[in-house]
Amino acid sequence: MKKLWQLFAAFARVGIMTFGGGYAMIPILEREIVDRHGWATEEELMDYYAVGQCTPGVIAVNTATFIGYKVAGKLGGVIATLGVVFPSVVIITLIAGILTSFSEVPAVKSAFAGIRVCVCVLIVNAVLKLWRKAVVDKATLVLFLLVFLLSVFFSVSPVILVIVCAAAGIALTRMGVRGK
Amino acid sequence: MILLRLFFEFFKAGLFAVGGGMATLPFLYDISARTGWFTHAMLADMVAVSESTPGPIGVNMATYVGYVTAGIPGAVVATLGLVTPSVIIILLIARALTAFRANPLVDAGFYGLRPCSIGLIAAACVLVIRIALFNIPLYQESGRLPDLFNLKAIALAAVLLVCTRCVKKLKGLHPVFFILASAVVGVVFRF
Repeated sequence: MKKLWQLFAAFARVGIMTFGGGYAMIPILEREIVDRHGWATEEELMDYYAVGQCTPGVIAVNTATFIGYKVAGKLGGVIATLGVVFPSVVIITLIAGILTSFSEVPAVKSAFAGIRVCVCVLIVNAVLKLWRKAVVDKATLVLFLLVFLLSVFFSVSPVILVIVCAAAGIALTRMGVRGK
Repeated sequence: MILLRLFFEFFKAGLFAVGGGMATLPFLYDISARTGWFTHAMLADMVAVSESTPGPIGVNMATYVGYVTAGIPGAVVATLGLVTPSVIIILLIARALTAFRANPLVDAGFYGLRPCSIGLIAAACVLVIRIALFNIPLYQESGRLPDLFNLKAIALAAVLLVCTRCVKKLKGLHPVFFILASAVVGVVFRF
């Protein structure tokens, strides 16, 4: 029971601190899930994120379900998901009446312009931190660069990239390139 | 009855939108066209609002549309409809994953997936940087190079980078501290 409550509270914190979509969640997840509770390792977080990219639904929800399941089974998965959506439901319902004018307020616009800058820096830090766990040899460096360039310059769908990389991981391991 | 339909419509969006919050957008346009619950203009506003409230964008949009259509019960039901398919699918995958974790094939797959994950996050980061630190529309209009850089934002980014990476006392602080500080800086310096 205590564990379920902890899951709900931790993911509610993640939900309330995620500004601007799934990837903004990475630094917060690292902090809450890996550092604070030790519910998952950095490697697992990346695995969940990759799988979440190519399964249907909101990535934040997919990741929450994964971690919740790992910590406390099926019920854990459900509770973590409810936790991550809870702040959104409350906040949006509260401001729904004034919603459209809310985003036009100059102070709100300025605040979010500032937050966007911060989100950039936090994601850069997260990438640098996770890098050591993911890019472990020459082959993974090549995969990283390919995914990055194809995604930035050619907007290749993440679903395709994820599937190809999983296949490449298997092929490279079979060929004995791994670890060199 | 409208609650049941709300649940069903958002269940479909949750089931077929692969690749995160923005992928739900085409489904919302479709719902708008077929049901008339909300207009396209409301949807465009909603995208702007979702970006200036916390939480996943897909969830924010479901809650808002649900609220507009059927009040607070609508908000709850639409959100539950959106997340139900992912929860079911991920629970199935998670169970399989726990069983096959030690399998060499699965392990090899994840060896390739991790650099992919980081690559995707880094690419997403480039998109945010383009919007947050540069002023591309202004530069295209004026053609003057100094217009391209959002100097205030770049200065804030530099300060944040130093604070989060090099200053011992600040390094360990929770990310939300930096987020709130940046919001204040944004308001004070009129970003």
